[in-house]
Amino acid sequence: MSSPAGKRAWLLSPFMFLMGVFFMLPLVLIVGYSFMTPQETGGVMMPLTFEAYTKIFYETDFDGKKVFDPSFLLVCWRSVKLAALCTFLCLLAGFPMAYYMATRPPAQRNFWMMLVTIPFWTNLLIRTYAWILILRDGGLINNGLRGLGVLAEDQSISLLYTDFSVGLGLLYSYLPFMVLPIYSNLERMDWKLVEASADLYANRWQTLRRVTIPLCMPGIIAGSILVFIPCIGSYLAPQMLGGATYMMLGTKIESLFGAAKDWPFGSAASVALMATVMIGLMIMSRRGGLKELV
Amino acid sequence: MATKPNDYIPGVASTAWACLAFLYIPLLIVIFFSFNAGSRITVWEGFSLDWYHRAAENEQLVKACINSLIIGVLATIFSTIIALMTAVAMHGNKLGARTQSSTYFMMTLPLLIPEIVIAIASMAFFSIIGLNWFIGDLPLGNVLIAHTVFCIPFAYSPIRARMETLQPSLFEAAADLYATPWQAFRHVTLPLMMPGITSGAMLAFITSIDDFIITQMVAPPGGATLPVYIYSMIRRGITPEINAISTVLLILSIVMVALSYAINQRKA
Repeated sequence: MSSPAGKRAWLLSPFMFLMGVFFMLPLVLIVGYSFMTPQETGGVMMPLTFEAYTKIFYETDFDGKKVFDPSFLLVCWRSVKLAALCTFLCLLAGFPMAYYMATRPPAQRNFWMMLVTIPFWTNLLIRTYAWILILRDGGLINNGLRGLGVLAEDQSISLLYTDFSVGLGLLYSYLPFMVLPIYSNLERMDWKLVEASADLYANRWQTLRRVTIPLCMPGIIAGSILVFIPCIGSYLAPQMLGGATYMMLGTKIESLFGAAKDWPFGSAASVALMATVMIGLMIMSRRGGLKELV
Repeated sequence: MATKPNDYIPGVASTAWACLAFLYIPLLIVIFFSFNAGSRITVWEGFSLDWYHRAAENEQLVKACINSLIIGVLATIFSTIIALMTAVAMHGNKLGARTQSSTYFMMTLPLLIPEIVIAIASMAFFSIIGLNWFIGDLPLGNVLIAHTVFCIPFAYSPIRARMETLQPSLFEAAADLYATPWQAFRHVTLPLMMPGITSGAMLAFITSIDDFIITQMVAPPGGATLPVYIYSMIRRGITPEINAISTVLLILSIVMVALSYAINQRKA
């Protein structure tokens, strides 16, 4: 490839054009919208204002007075909490799974890889829908408990439309996102170091804590990022498993643009979501791991 | 590494199998009830293929399938070509640090921004420019653009990984033998890149077929893809017909994974 750089740079132009116009520009637009005034039919108009950002904290009551209103902050808190919890649980379940896969003989490894990749490549909508069948009042768990006589015929446990169902749906949706990067890290790892650690009289827990996990950190961080980001902005799980009034940031933003027709507030909420993600990323990527993503 | 005395950790095997069960049981339930004779979704009333027949006769559903396929195929072609061009340009760090890192940044960004924000931003953008392109007589232009954009990083990842395994000396050899850049690309780069291109294209295709949120926000009336239509069905009330379509989509995913697995085996 002795061709000069200038000759090769044109190859980037379709990518730069598409990403610039249809990805970066819309994001800039949203940031701009967050400083404008809402139009009643949806959309935005002048003048420029910080109004949308004050709505994150305050609500305007009938007298036009601003009153502290925690409802949006509660939605933020719920999203952060569920996303963090889900990332943690994915790690707790995903690391052992990846570890087991990586310590199989090569033929079995590939088979396990395939088994984890199938849900990863399966439509998220369908995977979320499956839990409605299991959790709803007339669903499999309630029917099963009635069949066993644990519940009377007219009784049911509310499993769907709770924090539990949303959390479970998130865990289910994103578990493969945690397993795959950790597995690929463990597979590339030099297992001789684990042997060496044994030769130096470390027991298996010491080896795990001082050798395997530190070596696997980039995979763990990449996995955590891949789980945390879609979780915190998730739309399908809260919408389908949380019910109409259950709000996380993703559903809140959608409802602000949709039903509430307050585009500036929706944009401000999007900016807040992006800021939260960036803060989370900065915390997680301190030890590197972003490079594992692409 | 005949024995790995220290790599056995108690509880790991059982956790792995439990995770596998957790991942598959819900999917098996969806498949199982797609063959239910009755209309109740979680009470077994005997085997039948009625719901598959009904799905095949649902005109709107078939239309949504066609939309999904058109978008999926076109977005895959465009995004794979663009990803390949980008990977060729990026190969060997010849572009200068700034271009190199800004391209890398732009490639990573779509993965770091929550999908709902991309969806809302695209919707706002398309509504402001008032664009509504048609493909044939279908109003799918906006959806196609959006899909092409978010599929590029997915197509790029395996293509770049493959590109990194190629020795620059190969291209120098081609140049020494008086190959033009195009000839070198056509006869050296492209054949060697084929496994990466195939995996990238498949990843792009599955990403496009599976997308819901961005499509839901961007698609005009008549531009619904399969997930958008399935979502509207679920909202109207769940029937085994949804399970039947889901099963078909699930089989598509399994076939795609098996195919990519087979391709990777051959490459190795």
